[in-house]
Amino acid sequence: MTIHDLTEMPVDNLDETPVLTLGELCRACTVHAEWIIELVDEGIIEPSGRRREQWRFYGASLHRVKVVKRLQRDLGVNLAGAALALELMDEVARLRQRVGES
Amino acid sequence: MEFKDYYAVLGVERDATQDEIKRAYRKLARKYHPDVSKEADADARFKELGEAYEVLKDPEKRLAYDQVGRGQRAGQDFRPPPDWDTGFEFRGGGYTQEGYSREDSAAFSDFFESLFGQRRGFGSTGFGSTGFGSDGFTHGESDGARYRTRGASVRGEDHHAKVAIALEDAYRGAARTLTLQSGEIDEQGRLRSRHRTLKVRIPKGVKQGQRIRLSGQGEPGLGGGPAGDLYLEIEFEPHQRYQVEGRDVTVKLPVAPWEAALGATVTVPMPEGSVEMKIPPDSQSGRRLRLKGRGIPGQPPGDCYVTLEVVLPSAKRDDVKAAYRQLAAVAGFNPRADAENGS
Repeated sequence: MTIHDLTEMPVDNLDETPVLTLGELCRACTVHAEWIIELVDEGIIEPSGRRREQWRFYGASLHRVKVVKRLQRDLGVNLAGAALALELMDEVARLRQRVGES
Repeated sequence: MEFKDYYAVLGVERDATQDEIKRAYRKLARKYHPDVSKEADADARFKELGEAYEVLKDPEKRLAYDQVGRGQRAGQDFRPPPDWDTGFEFRGGGYTQEGYSREDSAAFSDFFESLFGQRRGFGSTGFGSTGFGSDGFTHGESDGARYRTRGASVRGEDHHAKVAIALEDAYRGAARTLTLQSGEIDEQGRLRSRHRTLKVRIPKGVKQGQRIRLSGQGEPGLGGGPAGDLYLEIEFEPHQRYQVEGRDVTVKLPVAPWEAALGATVTVPMPEGSVEMKIPPDSQSGRRLRLKGRGIPGQPPGDCYVTLEVVLPSAKRDDVKAAYRQLAAVAGFNPRADAENGS
């Protein structure tokens, strides 16, 4: 089997600085830009940059967008509910980590 | 093929109303949703629920299922009778749930497939499946839009995968070999899976859950379109000694009572090699000491927190026993003084 050696290839670190554009985030999550904008308005993900063309997202936003997409599809929660669920899940993860059962 | 009892999966009676079915599904879906649930078998249970609901929520599919399933029990060997579906017209192809990708529906059982699956077509969904590999990770998601336009140039899909690394790798950086699988339609229109093995560099200083991207390493484009990108999510393998939060690392350090009491210089084993650390005199068990900048490297690097854990030497030997007695006589120490004073 051929192994493509990519170890010399530049790696974009997506959590060091926000690098993902609105378009890249849409493509990576297979969702429409309008829906991403709703998520930003709801405060679920926070881009840097003021105008939409300047928006840049952290890699963590990828995870949040996908979770919201699944929660909405599978459980029928609305955006406010998904935002609340995400916050509570973050809190649970922090607490689990603190008691060392991550 | 085993017969599946969708009513039992949802925990409802066979004569349940559509509303009861919906309520049962919603309740169980919240309990077993893989994003929320901590149940060990959440993934499998959730898929089973989705499949059962996909059939029972649709009156037409439910009727067909009831007819085919008359007298069947879960787990029983099952073949659908020929032409069992005459007179039914399943609207919208096999999968009606909006937003379900090919990847999700592929998770449905053979039993489902044999009744409502492939031969009825996926409608316009197309194919396009992504990602998993050999290093103990697997995850993929895609909506497969890339095959719908023939002849036009289409950008390849982005590829997502998880990579598990040891904490030590986050300190030093590492190379990982992963195998990605993707679906491809050949000239005859058949679905073929294609494997790609990649060796990628995990940069030094990554955090738990962090994402990195390799541009142009996703699915190849069609008709001269550019390739998609490869997104990797870094996961730390659980470690017995270390706990990680962001770039900060916490480690428990066992110490002898006299090391804690008198102070000592001890060697702390760390992911990037051991470090000498001074324990201040009069330390108690549970004291947290900080080794600045010794967490996961970065700008700025994390810190390492060392939690002292005083471990008592066993008092089985007589001379040790005598030493404990002597300490008791000299120290005049009551650890419960506060409690006894009622505070």
